[in-house]
Amino acid sequence: MTEKTFVYLNRKAPYGSVYALESLEVVLIGAAFEQNVKLIFIDDGVYQLTKGQKTDGIGMKNFSPTFSALGDYDVNQIYVDEQSLKDRGLTMDDLQALTYEDEDDDWAEKNSMHLVNREQIAELIGDADVLLNF
Amino acid sequence: MSTLHTVNKSPFERNSLDTCLTVAATDSTVLMYEDGVAGALQNTSASSAISDAMGQGVKFAVLGEDLDARGLSSDRVMDGISVVDYAGFVQLAADHDNVQSWL
Amino acid sequence: MKFSIQVNEGPYTHQAADTAYQFTKAALENGHEIFRVFFYHDGVNNGTMYGVPPQDDRNVQSLWSELAEQHELDLVVCVAAAQRRGIMDEDESKRHGKGASNIAPGFRISGLGQLIEAGIESDRLMVFGD
Repeated sequence: MTEKTFVYLNRKAPYGSVYALESLEVVLIGAAFEQNVKLIFIDDGVYQLTKGQKTDGIGMKNFSPTFSALGDYDVNQIYVDEQSLKDRGLTMDDLQALTYEDEDDDWAEKNSMHLVNREQIAELIGDADVLLNF
Repeated sequence: MSTLHTVNKSPFERNSLDTCLTVAATDSTVLMYEDGVAGALQNTSASSAISDAMGQGVKFAVLGEDLDARGLSSDRVMDGISVVDYAGFVQLAADHDNVQSWL
Repeated sequence: MKFSIQVNEGPYTHQAADTAYQFTKAALENGHEIFRVFFYHDGVNNGTMYGVPPQDDRNVQSLWSELAEQHELDLVVCVAAAQRRGIMDEDESKRHGKGASNIAPGFRISGLGQLIEAGIESDRLMVFGD
């Protein structure tokens, strides 16, 4: 099968609308197609990755633990926009630390998360074959 | 690689156009449609950011049908922004290597 | 050129479905191929046959069905999104013990893999939403 670079650009906060959850569902299904997958979190999308989400009070399912499983699906190129964090008074310490086990390096645990600037995001978009926007 | 960026929200309601302009590279095109056409008009608080991007080689287009629907004459569109129809929208998508929709 | 179209919003609340329809129609009129139209999120509501808008309004669901018939379009409604929102074909309806199906002519229900496949097989994927 042709390998293409799929970039998922996530710009929306979780729970207020369904886009974040249903985007994650596409990523999980898409992982089976063995494409080159990259996730960008920018603007309110960075709120999807915050630690300590508790949704009991709003009666909705907390889907944030699913992000930590992405590494097992070989989804390990995750880019977080530095400016969006800064604008929201957040740092990487406020976000889940997503990792994967590198099968080419004796299953060493490695970081999936990369802090990037707008220039790097421009490059990620430019290099994409398919851009999925939620 | 060149990208067609599409913006469908008014810059006075959401930050889609703002964010788009920070990553739109030279030789890419930004198409404004639906409520996004408001960003293409002269003398708005969005105009200077668009002029700056034009200066860096970003091209701009706006969907004429959406201007018409909102009673906004194409005379009010900033110089340098081309007015296209749906066929022109399709052509822009075909002419670039990929499409980024700032939803 | 081969296009695929993703529609993330239902008809009437947002313009997204109308724009997606106009884009699809213009692409076909200009000699392009539409590999697939994939309906996701509230976009699955484009695929119900029970919409009855006032007579002086456009019927978005019927417009899709008519375009599909003219051009043999592949209109795919995401099964997971459709189940959440009550869009069913006969098989789905029986499986879930519901009284009737409501999927509009020309639409079919399938999985998210169809969206990924559309991304792989098409030259351009267009996303319309809110």
